[in-house]
Amino acid sequence: MWREHKHVFSISNVFKLKESKRAVNSIRSLVEEEDEEDDVEKVSWSGEPVGSISWSVKETESSIRSTGEVRDQSFPKIHTAPSLPKNSSGYSLSSLFKEHSEKLLTSLILYLLDCRWSVHDDVILLWQDYVSDWTPEETVKRMQQGKVYSLEKFRSLQDKLLLLDEAVNAHDGNVITAVLIYLKKSLSKEILFRELITREIALRHYIHYLKEIGEQKLLLMQYRDHLNVRDENKRRDFLKNCLSFPFSPDDATHVQDHYTLLERQIIIEANDKQVESSGQADIFKKYPRKASILNMPIITTLYYSCFYHYGESDGTFSSPANIRKTFRISDKQFLLTCLGARAKLKAWFDVDALFTTKNWLGYTKKRSPIGFHRIVDILQKNNAPVQVLQDYVNLVEDVEQKISLAQKYKCHDVIINTYRDLKDRQQLIVYRGKVERSSSEYRKIEEILSNSVRW
Amino acid sequence: MAHSVRRDAPELPDFSLLKRLARDQLIYLLEQLPGRKDLFIEADLMSPLDRIANVTTLKQHDVDKLYKVEHKPIVSTSDQTVRGCFLYPLTNWFLFPDVVNADKAFGRFRRYKIIFSPQKFYACENLLEEQGIFGDVTTDEWSFYLLPLDDDIISLELPEFFRDYFLEGDQRWVRTAGSALHLLHSVYGPFSKVYGIGRCSKMAYESWREQVEEGEQRARQAEIGNVFLIDRDVDLVTPLCSQVVYEGLVDDIFRIKCGCVEFCPDVTSSDKSIKVMLNSQDKVFNEIRNEHFSQVFGFLSQKARNLQTAYDKRSGMDIKQMKTFVSEELKGLKQEHRLLSLHIGASESMMKKKTKQDFQELLKTEHSLLEGFEIRECISYIEEHINRQVSMVESMRLLCLLSLTENGLLPKDYRSLKNQFLQSYGIEHLLTFSNLKQLGLLVEQQPGETLTVMESRVGKLVNDKTAGKLTDAFSSLAKKSNFRALGRRLNLVPKSDEEYDLRVPRDMAYIFSGAYIPLSCKLIEQVLERDGWTGLEEVTRMLNGHEFAVTGKTRKGNTQSLKFIVVTTAITNSARLLESMLDNHA
Repeated sequence: MWREHKHVFSISNVFKLKESKRAVNSIRSLVEEEDEEDDVEKVSWSGEPVGSISWSVKETESSIRSTGEVRDQSFPKIHTAPSLPKNSSGYSLSSLFKEHSEKLLTSLILYLLDCRWSVHDDVILLWQDYVSDWTPEETVKRMQQGKVYSLEKFRSLQDKLLLLDEAVNAHDGNVITAVLIYLKKSLSKEILFRELITREIALRHYIHYLKEIGEQKLLLMQYRDHLNVRDENKRRDFLKNCLSFPFSPDDATHVQDHYTLLERQIIIEANDKQVESSGQADIFKKYPRKASILNMPIITTLYYSCFYHYGESDGTFSSPANIRKTFRISDKQFLLTCLGARAKLKAWFDVDALFTTKNWLGYTKKRSPIGFHRIVDILQKNNAPVQVLQDYVNLVEDVEQKISLAQKYKCHDVIINTYRDLKDRQQLIVYRGKVERSSSEYRKIEEILSNSVRW
Repeated sequence: MAHSVRRDAPELPDFSLLKRLARDQLIYLLEQLPGRKDLFIEADLMSPLDRIANVTTLKQHDVDKLYKVEHKPIVSTSDQTVRGCFLYPLTNWFLFPDVVNADKAFGRFRRYKIIFSPQKFYACENLLEEQGIFGDVTTDEWSFYLLPLDDDIISLELPEFFRDYFLEGDQRWVRTAGSALHLLHSVYGPFSKVYGIGRCSKMAYESWREQVEEGEQRARQAEIGNVFLIDRDVDLVTPLCSQVVYEGLVDDIFRIKCGCVEFCPDVTSSDKSIKVMLNSQDKVFNEIRNEHFSQVFGFLSQKARNLQTAYDKRSGMDIKQMKTFVSEELKGLKQEHRLLSLHIGASESMMKKKTKQDFQELLKTEHSLLEGFEIRECISYIEEHINRQVSMVESMRLLCLLSLTENGLLPKDYRSLKNQFLQSYGIEHLLTFSNLKQLGLLVEQQPGETLTVMESRVGKLVNDKTAGKLTDAFSSLAKKSNFRALGRRLNLVPKSDEEYDLRVPRDMAYIFSGAYIPLSCKLIEQVLERDGWTGLEEVTRMLNGHEFAVTGKTRKGNTQSLKFIVVTTAITNSARLLESMLDNHA
């Protein structure tokens, strides 16, 4: 019965109840009243709604900026700070009341007890001890409800673990973490971890907590820290240091790649920066570098190398071939990247060479690890002229796809030749209607159609 | 969803009440700090706060200036003893001590109060204590649990819920979810029946029940009947699919934040962006939000023609008629005109963006994945997507879809795709892959070790035929995501050879152009139809169980047609879901 009392006496509870009740009641009656001032419709059509929070924050920011960053920060008049009343801190305000009410309660009950059995002073002491001697279940419940609680009572390992298990049973991560913080303070690392191994939920809370306060880092998290290192040389050294971590074989390769990549980027960057500023190379004059290559992905680095360092011998760090080999870039990937870079430069000869293979008889043949229709697509996106495009449209194997691509990109020759080879007179006549009368295509169709040998 | 609101459907409860509750409590908290004070607001909390209170309200309660929380020394023009009041949604709280210590270093003294929303954590207070500023800083909590975003959409605005619970395994928000339910229950309940599936749902349910038992109960007119709780990870495929209805596309492309979207100059055909509230108050939006994108243009042009006719009425009016026209109709027409031109602008801009990225081909791949058809082609499409360094999040999304629908990737594919991904988008995405794996979004198929052992044992004992059946049973147990089996069992993927008329949607699949019925929606339909989980045992087993159905004291007949209210921890889409898995920023 006294427990129920305590319930009611708990300030936060009373407040919560009163608050929500008051709020609900007042609202119920208010709803009918018209007080729509700050309702949803406030968003105006002219940008930020005037009077909105974000608008106001921006206003504050700009006013600060306009007054010149407010220099009052530098040496303000030292204020003798009024000390805050101790009880203004979080729980203590309410706990003050709570202790009060609890004492009141205790004496009340004791008074009742006193009537029946006369109680001695030491019994009172015992009783008071008992009051704060909550079971794990009670403690967890009190923590959930934001009431005063005490964890110091849980001193034996068994008690600590009981408390932890109880917190886990309550499904309240907040309380689980609170208990873990206590265990962290009162148990040695080894013991704590030993016990957590068999308690997965608690363990995951613990790891997350350590991660959040930045105390313990899992393997990959340590690697992640390279992102916080700004200076590229220091970052490279940091990554080098990471190489010794016991990553899985797969991850170890990637981290190794990361280190190698940055190491090379630093070399390439230093070199190219110097070359660019000295104005020695045309390519940098014609296409000034927009950004540094540092910390870019492998493929971006490859693109860069295909753009600025094409044709360099395999031995140099910056050559496409070397990058391809070092980072085990697939044929398909290499081709796509290279194609993009060379097409951007309109180096159609290089593009052509990418696909040309010679067989042992010396005949050349065009080959590609990806369908030529995709190649056409990429070239077109890089504004390749029709003369270039049609070469590749011609290489598309599927006839239907070839014609539809040719039509899409207006490769008249390809269409005409295809229909000619298919001996499709009907389609040729239709197509003749689509091209201009004075054009060379028109004449070509006429010529084919009138060539009776063909038909 | 053609708006055929059935007449027997109940009225929606008035959720604006929740806003008032939140506002009243905020005001109460501000009043606890008498005198002038500055308010520092964490960026994530700004938009929700905007929906609750405006500057005038705050100023009325002695808030002097408003700032965004930036973790650097506070520059304030106010005098030195000003109180700073911080509103935190708990994302960056652990940086707070720096602010105070920086202040102390400058020899200034300010009074600080941190108001955590929706609740404070022991870990936060412990940090304040450890940093020696407990006492200098007081804390409180603003129990702002539920924000109604629309007439029937309520959000907890806790995007961190997903990562914290499903990735980190931290249950700190479980009680919060329980409290949110408790709030709904005490204002709009009692609920007649609660169904749920998933571990987290079950815990949230239990936490709520506990809170109900702790508090007092009042008999009230129930405004919410059935409640259905569902874990996000029960259905991860749905948020990963490309959206093709208007609202979804707007969200995917422009990002709807807290029910608000910022249309860029491209859309507004002016030189500045416009922030627009997207909800049922916007009449134009309300009519197209659930329409398949292909239907939207026709609708908008029809609407534009109607508008033109309405404007045209002016010609031939005499002065008096004109006067009535101006005073009665013009304002409405102008408003409609503004809305219409905005949504037309948005549609055009979306169309442009989608054609540029070969949306059709992307959708084709997605649909093949859902159907389990031509998987090799899908893989090479994804590969090329990665190789060409097209949008990183899109690539990741396709990889996750592949993994979810195929029960994981073959080890060979996994390694190769991961390798290419890291090459294209940066090696630091190792962390992203590790997160996705942990979450089960992108996994490698495990060689069925236990499976083969079992098989060989069983094989020795029984004849081939039985062994085959048993193997089937085992393999469905061994796999994590059972998308294919679930799809068959619940008929989630309609047959592709049938023509799907998007104008006359025949089922929920229309929201994905007829390719897929969202699993979560189908589950709700099935459970409501059966009034429980009976008959769905196989399904729940494949979904990892933890299903429950509890009937309350009052039972309402199920004869009425239903209206659905969505309550969510946060509104998500593929980009938000996946971006929460990224760890690649400093």
